[in-house]
Amino acid sequence: MEVILSTLINGLSLGGIYAMIALGYTMVYGIAKMLNFAHGDIIMVGGYVIFVVMATGNPLLAVAVAVIACVILGITIERVAYRPLRGASPLAVLITAIGVSYLLQSLAQIIFGSAPKMVTVYEFGSVQFLGATVQVASLVTMAVTVVVMAVLTLFVKYTRLGRAMIAVSEDRDAAQLMGINVNAIITITFAIGSSLAALAGLFYLMKAPNVSFTMGAMPGIKAFTAAVIGGIGSIPGAMLGGILLGVVESISYKITAIAPYTDAIEFSILIIILLVRPTGFLGKKRREKV
Amino acid sequence: MALLEVNNLEVYYGVICALKGISFHVNEGEIVSLIGANGAGKTTMMQSTVGIIPKRGGQVLFDGQDITKTPCHKIVKLGMTQVPEGRRIFQELTVYENLMMGAYTMKDQQEFKTELDKIYDLFPRLAERRKQIAGTLSGGEQQMLAMSRALMSKPKLLMLDEPSMGLAPILVDQIFSIIKELHAAGTTILLVEQNASKALEISDRAYVLETGNITLSGTGAELMNSPEVQKAYLGG
Ligand SMILES: Nc1ncnc2c1ncn2[C@@H]1O[C@H](COP(=O)(O)OP(=O)(O)OP(=O)(O)O)[C@@H](O)[C@H]1O
Ligand SMILES: [Mg+2]
Repeated sequence: MEVILSTLINGLSLGGIYAMIALGYTMVYGIAKMLNFAHGDIIMVGGYVIFVVMATGNPLLAVAVAVIACVILGITIERVAYRPLRGASPLAVLITAIGVSYLLQSLAQIIFGSAPKMVTVYEFGSVQFLGATVQVASLVTMAVTVVVMAVLTLFVKYTRLGRAMIAVSEDRDAAQLMGINVNAIITITFAIGSSLAALAGLFYLMKAPNVSFTMGAMPGIKAFTAAVIGGIGSIPGAMLGGILLGVVESISYKITAIAPYTDAIEFSILIIILLVRPTGFLGKKRREKV
Repeated sequence: MALLEVNNLEVYYGVICALKGISFHVNEGEIVSLIGANGAGKTTMMQSTVGIIPKRGGQVLFDGQDITKTPCHKIVKLGMTQVPEGRRIFQELTVYENLMMGAYTMKDQQEFKTELDKIYDLFPRLAERRKQIAGTLSGGEQQMLAMSRALMSKPKLLMLDEPSMGLAPILVDQIFSIIKELHAAGTTILLVEQNASKALEISDRAYVLETGNITLSGTGAELMNSPEVQKAYLGG
């Protein structure tokens, strides 16, 4: 019972992290129609910013600076690397994104070296809950995830800007004809995605307190997997996929206790789900223009 | 003075020239139509005029202002909007939300309500279905929604790209009578149609576009009686 409970809580909080990253992938995919391969590396940059600012000993300051830095970085990447390619072939955009990813990793390696840096943001400690030892950090992660998702869902559904995002994702030209500035909407999308990546980086560091130049790669790929399982382009899909993947990872890690097996299980699940439902759980088939 | 004036508009898709330097104008209060066969370049001309497709050369003046390089989303604010070919309503949004998108540039809530009421008066069908997801509307209803959505921004000039496409004859008549109503209410109209006889019938003036060139122009009646037009577009 305790084992089940702690595995579940661990899985849900890990899932929350994946969900936050997956939201960035899925929103950028839905609205800018591109796969931002460098999204995972934003997490890494956020991690290093937290590491640097933690020299002041102030975790709140570190988080705030990390969020702002990631937002600026995300917007800059879009402006400098992706916007000039608007209308280019998807392959050219994907290759550019991969290039940006390597650029960020290499810069981090040059500046901070190859060895991981330890960083303790904040010790929440643990509590006893129904006989299980539960990390408070996990509970905080879950709570923040729930709040982030609720706010985002309401934002998209009920604000003028949110509806403009739906409009751009559905039909960019028609959106322009409504007077919507598509470039501005894409910038906002990158800003939202990057701020969530910074938050995800924070919670990731609470689970594994090491910053390294490759730290964004694996969570990035897993979150991308989560976004695809949920149905790429779908916001609730990213949430569902992220949480599902986190729970699966946590359970399979408990059973096998070996990380590479865990990864194999996760990606096998992706393949099986995609065989059964090629558009993911909540993805819809894009209606072709008549 | 012309409300819309387009001079020597040139558009290329890669190396292919789709518009070879066309010039036309629409005076305030007119209905002007542009007829032409499939692939003549009508949609290209509509979309490049409002900046959705980039222009290679030429000049566009709207309401005395040079908008050749103005991005599409700013042109809407100036009072020119377009019902695109194939309707292009937002399928996932409700009827009401689509109309809200149409009024995206409108900040005043009261003004929005007034426009919305006008639209619901003009299209009672849409009022009944305001909460329905737009993708589930019938083709005719979708065309009405597309027109209403464009009207929400209170355009001085409304551009319509084949509004009768794919509709049953009775609905085509309805769409044309609505266009006349809008015109009577003071909206200037630029209409692209394959249904040449209907378009010419309601037009003050018209242009004929053939593979990227304007080959004929005149009043609606003149073109209706021109042997070339009768032969090519009126099946006579
Ligand atoms: N995106 C594009 N890329 C390349 N060529 C295009 C593109 N869009 C249109 N064309 C070509 O430009 C020409 C004009 O097309 P356009 O859509 O403007 O014609 P149209 O008069 O609106 O035809 P229809 O009555 O069928 O709607 C056509 O030969 C078409 O094949
Ligand atoms: Mg056309």
